[in-house]
Amino acid sequence: MSKEVLTGAQAIIRSLELLGVDTIFGLPGGAILPTYDPLMDSKKIRHILVRHEQGAGHAAEGYASASGRLGVCLATSGPGATNLVTAIADAHMDSVPLLAITGQVGSKLIGTDAFQEADIVGITMPITKHSFLVTDANDIPEVISAAVLIATTGRPGPVLVDITKDAQNQKFDFVWPPKVELPGYKPVTKPHGKQVQAAAEMISKSSKPIFYVGGGIVRAGAAKELLELAELVGAPVVTTLMARGAFPDSHKQNLGMPGMHGTVPAVIGLQRSDLLITLGARFDDRVTGDAKSFAPDAKVVHVDIDPAEIGKIRHADVPIVGDLKEVIPELTAELKKIYGTKTHDLTDWWSAMNHLVEHYPLGHDAPEDGKLSPQAVIKRIGELSGPEAIFAAGVGQHQMWSAQFIKYERPNAWLNSGGAGTMGYSVPAAMGAKVAQPDRLVWSIDGDGCFQMTNQELVTCAINNIPIKVAIINNSSLGMVRQWQTLFYDKRYSNTDLHTGTDSLMIPDFVKLADAYGCLGIRVEKEEEIDAAIKLAIETNDRPVVIDFIVSRDAMVWPMVAAGVSNDEVKYARDAAPVWEGEE
Amino acid sequence: MSKHVLSILVEDKPGLLTRVAGLFARRGFNIESLAVGTSEIEGLSRITVVVAVEGAPLEQVTKQINKLINVIKVVELDPEAVQRDHMLIKVKTDAATRSQVLEAVTLFRARVIDVVSDAVIIEITGDTSKCAAFIKILEPYGIKEMVQSGVLAMGRGSKSITEKVSK
Repeated sequence: MSKEVLTGAQAIIRSLELLGVDTIFGLPGGAILPTYDPLMDSKKIRHILVRHEQGAGHAAEGYASASGRLGVCLATSGPGATNLVTAIADAHMDSVPLLAITGQVGSKLIGTDAFQEADIVGITMPITKHSFLVTDANDIPEVISAAVLIATTGRPGPVLVDITKDAQNQKFDFVWPPKVELPGYKPVTKPHGKQVQAAAEMISKSSKPIFYVGGGIVRAGAAKELLELAELVGAPVVTTLMARGAFPDSHKQNLGMPGMHGTVPAVIGLQRSDLLITLGARFDDRVTGDAKSFAPDAKVVHVDIDPAEIGKIRHADVPIVGDLKEVIPELTAELKKIYGTKTHDLTDWWSAMNHLVEHYPLGHDAPEDGKLSPQAVIKRIGELSGPEAIFAAGVGQHQMWSAQFIKYERPNAWLNSGGAGTMGYSVPAAMGAKVAQPDRLVWSIDGDGCFQMTNQELVTCAINNIPIKVAIINNSSLGMVRQWQTLFYDKRYSNTDLHTGTDSLMIPDFVKLADAYGCLGIRVEKEEEIDAAIKLAIETNDRPVVIDFIVSRDAMVWPMVAAGVSNDEVKYARDAAPVWEGEE
Repeated sequence: MSKHVLSILVEDKPGLLTRVAGLFARRGFNIESLAVGTSEIEGLSRITVVVAVEGAPLEQVTKQINKLINVIKVVELDPEAVQRDHMLIKVKTDAATRSQVLEAVTLFRARVIDVVSDAVIIEITGDTSKCAAFIKILEPYGIKEMVQSGVLAMGRGSKSITEKVSK
């Protein structure tokens, strides 16, 4: 046990160093100033100065999602702290291990409406896994340790630590390691043996099983374990938006993404299944459609580390609480005992699925307005970058196309804001990912709407030598909203025109903007220029690159299940429902 | 909708009540009654919540409460558990009505704890239906003011919800 006299501020930095934190994204201000002083001397922590605290939050998320490690962001009190709120909410929805440290006004000023005072603990209570207010430096080592433990174990999530300015300035005896006592926090990781047996038996008896794989596989680092189990059973696999890459797209068992914009085989596969082997997924409304009519004939095995997810939306016939990394190998072992030398005969099930795979592949039309096809652009980015690259999307049409048309072969290659749907996630998340994994090629695939929310972080990238590539899928509009207006609002395009296209006001001009930010800007309007631009972006590593792809605004995301209706109503394209030639 | 009584053992930390109450609000669960106080273990408080929900959502309620880091334990008490409300009632009285009010106090085994010429303050402890019946009796005389605690509840027998909880 070590003991020395430190200030609270020094203790914050020392604790983070001792806990293995190597990167912080942040921006200083009055109430966090004491902590920025010792941070300047830290040899172990790289601080990246962002241009907006939201960028720090998403960058920490990107760092965490690309590496599987904790992401850390730092901000001052009041507006600094409230600017983190969107990123914290995002991390909460997508179970991202995030530590947010904020300065708070002096403890004697709390509650007086002091300058830059905001009750950030109160504000973030519903969107954090836990939060702490520290008013005494003696608590700092324990609180920081507890916060890291809570953020990274069990179901990961954001933890906020708000530290008053006087606590940061207070001298005290720093003792390490601290005693961390969390009597109410005991995540169950080891599954109940009998439940695992019951699940194995149910799987072995099923004739139309399907693996419904969620982002939990990625967070648990259980992709390898999943591959072994899936190959043993031989059943179809669907990977949700949060789980793209958790199971290789090139694998013949992979039917793609389910849900509102899922593939026809994935949507109908779930719908007609007799057993959903649900691994780290949470029956999100974007996956189930109308939950009452979702997979009506299926029994459910539901494995999750969060007991509150089990039975929340859909009854689980076999509930298993545990860490997927521990549960799946046990399930595989049980199944091996049951199968013995036999294999699971799923011939009929596969012939029905293969029919769908053959007849309803993902596809898209060539735009009629002569502009680029957004799907084709995104597909080429994926093909030319390869499976070792990282792709961070914003939210909307380009996000769905990136989930559909890029082939993911490994977990942590696909980053996006799935639960919260945060426009503006992409650029800072890509920045965080590139910091965590500097040797990987990192793409931000963004929309012209999303890009305008957080593109100031390109400055951070340019100055700190973080050469990300940004592909703006520029359809000069809020594309997904426009698509809904086309389909459900009689083509009345209320407030969705952004005027960023080449045949409009073109404000801003993204190429000029890139230039102003110290990035290489490229505009692509012709199909034959696509490959060259992507290759140039990949080769340019002395600064970030922004490619402005001028795409058709009439392109739509298909397939689609309209909001709130049954997944049986999936449309392959407009007015084109797939024909189910199953056994009924 | 059915009523359920939950006993929640929590670490006595700042903001704890906000966390619990906020959780009920944002998950759409209705609190009918809430009582908070210290338990027999130092540093631990005990919350009694009466919540009105259907069967399945109750499981969601308890699971979500259990996820709060400072919550040690959540127990749904069985309907046979001891349940008590505590009320203070200020009733208008005069020379003519005072004796009738005092008679009601005796019948309900309540207590008078303050008397002035035109009012009395009565204290009553009992289950919710007993307290409601008492109020009905007093209403004709004129209730000037009333305050009540949330339901306090404890399982019968020698078992304790704090068993197996480290002190």
